[in-house]
Amino acid sequence: MNARIILVNILRWIVLLFVQIFLLRNMNFYNLSTPFLYVLFILALPFGIPNFLLFCIAFLTGLTLDAFYDTLGVHTTACVALAFIRILFISVSVNREAFDEPEPSLGNMGFKWFSLYAVICILVHHLLVFFLEAFKFTTALYTLGRCLSSIVFTLFTVLLVEFLFLNRKAN
Amino acid sequence: MRNLWIFISRYNAFFFFVFFFVIGIVLTIKNNAYQRSITLNSTNEVVGSAYERLNVVKRYLNLQEVNDSLSIENSKLKTELLSLKNIDSSKTLTVKDTVFQQQYTLVSAKVIKNSITQANNIITINRGSNDGLVSGMGVISPQQGIVGYVYDVSAHFATIRSLLHENTFVSVTLKKNNAFGSLVWGEGNHDYRKAYVKEIPNHFKVNIGDTVITSGYSKGQNNGFPKGIPVGRISRTQISTGDSFMTLEVNLFNDFSTLQYVYVIKDKFAQEQQTLENRLPDER
Repeated sequence: MNARIILVNILRWIVLLFVQIFLLRNMNFYNLSTPFLYVLFILALPFGIPNFLLFCIAFLTGLTLDAFYDTLGVHTTACVALAFIRILFISVSVNREAFDEPEPSLGNMGFKWFSLYAVICILVHHLLVFFLEAFKFTTALYTLGRCLSSIVFTLFTVLLVEFLFLNRKAN
Repeated sequence: MRNLWIFISRYNAFFFFVFFFVIGIVLTIKNNAYQRSITLNSTNEVVGSAYERLNVVKRYLNLQEVNDSLSIENSKLKTELLSLKNIDSSKTLTVKDTVFQQQYTLVSAKVIKNSITQANNIITINRGSNDGLVSGMGVISPQQGIVGYVYDVSAHFATIRSLLHENTFVSVTLKKNNAFGSLVWGEGNHDYRKAYVKEIPNHFKVNIGDTVITSGYSKGQNNGFPKGIPVGRISRTQISTGDSFMTLEVNLFNDFSTLQYVYVIKDKFAQEQQTLENRLPDER
């Protein structure tokens, strides 16, 4: 890992968390759907990152978000689970010896791979966030509805951002 | 021992996952059980001041609405003042001691963080223990309606457990017949304009449009609302519960989505009342 990659990721962390906390926190449709764009930061960390470092980063990112959302532990747990799913998915679907791409992005890996990767990771993350927040199963249907509509919203914003950066690289 | 080490390092991702996941779950559960002990929330000075800075911009954009609501409030106060002045004081002979009658004082505060979309909503305001706030005081909105209870205070900030929180219960009564119950939110209802009144016995007759006000009864510690603050209007009465109490749906007067200023109620006699009530079980 060279200095440029580290710098890009730090910048991405600051920008994504800023947008999440000050813009997207106030955005929702009919109290049902709210986007968590910040997961893109963990999705887009480089392939070569050591597992322990990945978990530490995910943990701290979740903790920072929890501090601003007043939900200590909820996003932290979800981010850690997201990191684990990321490791599993990459180990199953990417050939470790053959790949030469630095990080998982839409431009590097193609639309099909990236969208599947994003759907699975976001699904796990959102299920944990919404069910830990509700912390009971009596309103499971409502929680599930919120969760699914939020997954669609988050996925939409994640792909949107990826397409934006794709164009910038091509130019 | 060596084999064990090889096993662990081979599946290191899983063990790291378990380790961090357990920490996360413990944090979540601890947060639910002893929410007081948490310092990493918006009472924190860093987080609090970040939100405050952002709110400077937000407040400016909403200036017109705030002006309108303030002028409405002013006119209401002036009307009250005029009606008070018109009382012929020469007819009343008894002297009222107004110094000791003033049980409640209000502290105004700016809302620097608010949410209405979560399952449990917390509001942060820019007054803290330096302004005399303690946990458990009631918070009302400047126009009409109640906001919640003070929950945790730091020197310059305080968090309020909003009415839109599953653990907030407020003792309320129906204005026309004084039947009292408790106001709750959550449990399937996540509309920030609605709440439910529970525990009112079935034999009371309730109509749609009846006003609900706070009862002023103490429940738990520091229930800080004086009697008679309007809360909302009944919007639905036919909700079957199957027991001898009814559940009423209430349209709240207070609009949480546009909340900008709140008043915190200081009760001069809260401590006295509480010590008196705490003495009860010891005498038995």
